[in-house]
Amino acid sequence: MSLQSASRRRTSPERMLAYGATVLLTMFMITPLYLITIAAFSQRASVFDYPRALFPTQLSLDSVSFFLTTHGILPALERSLLVGLITVALSLLLGCPAGYAIARYPFKGRDLAQLLLLSVRMFPALVLAIPLAVTFIEWRLFDTLWGVAFLHTAMALPFTVLLSASVFVRVPGELEEAAMILGVGRLGAVLRVVLPLSVPGLAAAALFSFVLSWNEVFGALILTRQSATLPAQVVQSLSVSPLPFRFAGGFALTAPAFIFIYFMRPYLFSAFRGVVGH
Amino acid sequence: MSGEVAQAPAVPRAEIGRRPTRPRRRFPWQPYALVAPAAIFMLVFFVWPAIQALLITFQTSSGQFTLGNLQAMIRDTDFRFSLTNTLLLLALIIPTETAIALLMAVLAQTRLRGTNVFLYFWTLPLAVSDLAAGLVWLSIFTSHGYLNSVLQDLHLIRHPIGFLDYNSLGTLVGAVVIAEVWRSISIVMVVVMSGIQSIPMELQEAAAVMGATGWQRFTRVTLPLLKPSIQVALILRTTAAFQVFAMVLALAGAAYPVLAVKTEQWVYDYQNYQLAGSYAALILLLSSLGTLTYLILLRTPRQVFQR
Amino acid sequence: MKSILLMDRLGRTRPLALATAVAAMLAACGGTPAPASSPGNEANAGTVAFLSSQAQPVNEAEGMRRDVLAAFNGTANFDSSRSDAQIVQQVQAEERAGKVTVDLIGGLHGDFPQLGQAGQLEDLTPLLQKLERDRHFNADLLKYGKLGTGKQYYIPWMQATYMMVANKKALPYLPKGADINNLSYDQLIQWGQNLKQTTGENKVGLPASSKGLIHRGVQGYWYPSFTGAEVTGFKSPEAVTLWQTYRRLWAVSSAQSTNYAFMQEPLQSGEVWVAWDHQARLIDALNNSPDQFVVFPAPSGPKGLGYMAVVVGLAIPKGAPNAKGAEALIDYLTQPKNQVKAVNVIGFFSVLSDASAKSTAGLKPGVALEAAAAARQSGSKNAIPALLPVGLGAKDAEFNKAYVDTFTRIILRNEDIQTVLNSEAQVINDLLNTANAPCWPPDSTSSGACQVK
Repeated sequence: MSLQSASRRRTSPERMLAYGATVLLTMFMITPLYLITIAAFSQRASVFDYPRALFPTQLSLDSVSFFLTTHGILPALERSLLVGLITVALSLLLGCPAGYAIARYPFKGRDLAQLLLLSVRMFPALVLAIPLAVTFIEWRLFDTLWGVAFLHTAMALPFTVLLSASVFVRVPGELEEAAMILGVGRLGAVLRVVLPLSVPGLAAAALFSFVLSWNEVFGALILTRQSATLPAQVVQSLSVSPLPFRFAGGFALTAPAFIFIYFMRPYLFSAFRGVVGH
Repeated sequence: MSGEVAQAPAVPRAEIGRRPTRPRRRFPWQPYALVAPAAIFMLVFFVWPAIQALLITFQTSSGQFTLGNLQAMIRDTDFRFSLTNTLLLLALIIPTETAIALLMAVLAQTRLRGTNVFLYFWTLPLAVSDLAAGLVWLSIFTSHGYLNSVLQDLHLIRHPIGFLDYNSLGTLVGAVVIAEVWRSISIVMVVVMSGIQSIPMELQEAAAVMGATGWQRFTRVTLPLLKPSIQVALILRTTAAFQVFAMVLALAGAAYPVLAVKTEQWVYDYQNYQLAGSYAALILLLSSLGTLTYLILLRTPRQVFQR
Repeated sequence: MKSILLMDRLGRTRPLALATAVAAMLAACGGTPAPASSPGNEANAGTVAFLSSQAQPVNEAEGMRRDVLAAFNGTANFDSSRSDAQIVQQVQAEERAGKVTVDLIGGLHGDFPQLGQAGQLEDLTPLLQKLERDRHFNADLLKYGKLGTGKQYYIPWMQATYMMVANKKALPYLPKGADINNLSYDQLIQWGQNLKQTTGENKVGLPASSKGLIHRGVQGYWYPSFTGAEVTGFKSPEAVTLWQTYRRLWAVSSAQSTNYAFMQEPLQSGEVWVAWDHQARLIDALNNSPDQFVVFPAPSGPKGLGYMAVVVGLAIPKGAPNAKGAEALIDYLTQPKNQVKAVNVIGFFSVLSDASAKSTAGLKPGVALEAAAAARQSGSKNAIPALLPVGLGAKDAEFNKAYVDTFTRIILRNEDIQTVLNSEAQVINDLLNTANAPCWPPDSTSSGACQVK
């Protein structure tokens, strides 16, 4: 802690500089989000104004409420949330063991395994459209939420595996061994020692999986008919719809993910709340 | 891990655990068993369809091996342009993002008041879909958009500036880079953060006590310990960058073709899966080369954290 | 959590919106809302899975469900969330796997040659004979629907064309003596130059984005206007003149055109004052501000006024679960009064040649403006109707690519005109040979595959 108090006692210019940089960065990150919001809640005609108003005086719920009452939007929203949560669960369930293996065991083919896992992300998924659809139809996964969740899990797995590996590597092996000496077995050591220390990394993996699933469109479109998820349902039609609706839809698509991130925040940045310590 | 087992008192093997902590001459089935579920999953849902797609690319209709489709791809209009454009974007976006993400991580570590709030805002762009991201940045850079509105309101310009003009490649690329950095930096930041959080403060303090400046602490202590995180972030970001698509399409349209846009056109606009597969194979090749480079250059000795 | 969100979004003072949302949820949970029951003599058509690449914009899709399909004696599950290519892929995948779920496809002409060639569409000749007893379809459009064979594979549903729109602010800058409904390409260029001089900006706009329809302009407007043909004159001296003229137009066109896919947006934002595009990509500007714009036909070139029509057709995949219901839906959609409803919702025109379908009574202002301009365009004395490519089968899309590439290389990358024309002509000839497609109007008929001369 002496470092922290040292930094507080440090002369103001450094902290001012740090604050300045932080505020600038924050403005850069927030401004587009602010613009999406005001555009979504503007009167329809004003999205075409020039010069455009940064602080519009007249707001309107027209575009957003029209969008929300469009046929099938709300069930699609539910379906997307469900698929997202399944994807998070599955990708963590399958990915963490693999990440642990990569972190702890110097097994033959470890690098090859990593490369193969990553190569999945390297192939543009939209080229897989027809082979994927045929496979899913034959396996009766077509037009099911589980089918979409499986595809999303496959897309999220490389990240989950690698990220969990990189956090497991950091947990000192002695801690595990100490736990095992105390008699909990390897699995117990993992559950009680390794996982709690890896929370930020695993939270990051969960976040990534959810967001990937939430925003993924192409696969969901290929693999569903009646059970379209929200982005699939909406993004295609939105991309050719009039501009005010695009903003309204863009905002509506984004809001749930904001909420998910809000809940993940304490886990992602646990160290910054003074929670974790060795 | 080296000397620990020897130091342990003579405890019955059954209490240490059913398996030795250091697999020696026995065949280590555990890692394979742990990796298997994930591997099988992806083989079925991704690799198998990908192989099918690649087969279409490398075979004639009668099943013979052919490179004809690759040759057609090389002769394709704008092939070379899209290749160099993709590489240029990579070269600009990745260093910028990594640097800013590291800056963010360091700023977060200085524990300013309100760090929590800032971190939340810095993560938010993750939630934004491609559609919304392209939309809002287009509304910023288009000639009657927000940026020109502000400049004109401040009387800095008389006529709108054509940032996205096809013959203004400098501003066009700049706009794409800025927008892409905004859209994807959150993931890099989150990965780096998850790494930086487990760097024990004692190490930093020890270095400070020994007279290291802030910069020295950063380069000699923090960075090396962040290597695994940076490696993961770089690999994933580079892989994604080869497929950068939505933002380029939204901001540049036909003025700045990139490989992923060409792929999408061949799938959806021209419905020729042989050529689409060729572009996909090229992206796969380039991404693999990039990943191998990172894996080799940023290799972390396993024992870096062990005493 | 869901209801809290709803309340926050819609506000407590908007009970109507909330009720609508709840109703929508309930309706969506229970499938498409039951249509108003029409006591017809025919049996209920059952559930028809109707997949369409048209009416994609959310407001149009809602209009289809609430206005057009409401009185159908059956349940039409209208899904317009997919693009043409995605629909084709889905049907192909379903056919390959042997499990078809789509009953009716509403797609552009270009969707069908591939499917027809692979034998994946039902033969609708008997249905057409039944329909023709009480209505008359446009003969050219019916011909398209045969896909170059003797059988009817799709029934035309709607048609559209491309035209020009100008902001009224631009009208004072027309060249002297120019009639906006009768411009030449040179006059259009002069107009652009006048605008550039006075405003300091390029105010003409073209949909040159990779998602724009610029190639239809080249195929169906420029080439017939300059060479009298769509294909055969591709690399002729007249074609060279065409591209030199295009370069002059491009010099006064917005350099951000490579970003434009829907001209209604830059028109409304004022970035562009004169634009050419597909009528469906102009309609929003016209419906929102009909008093701000004028709609007029495309210009004429040395050989006349080349123009192209777009066809949307209705087809039934082979093995559809409810083919009978799909046929009933086709019958319903091609009735004159339902054609008018669709015109107002989607902004396309009717395919019937009956007078009732052609009147502009009851049309929204924007649609009426477009109808007038389209009538002037096709009724012009020197009109050269150019048809969509016929008989190219699976190579239909790549044929379009040749024209896109020609534009890209000559206009955007500034390559030598004749060199580009020669190399792209080779590509076109190869495609035509592979598909063995004979020439189609406005080119004179050929024996054997069409070829660039």
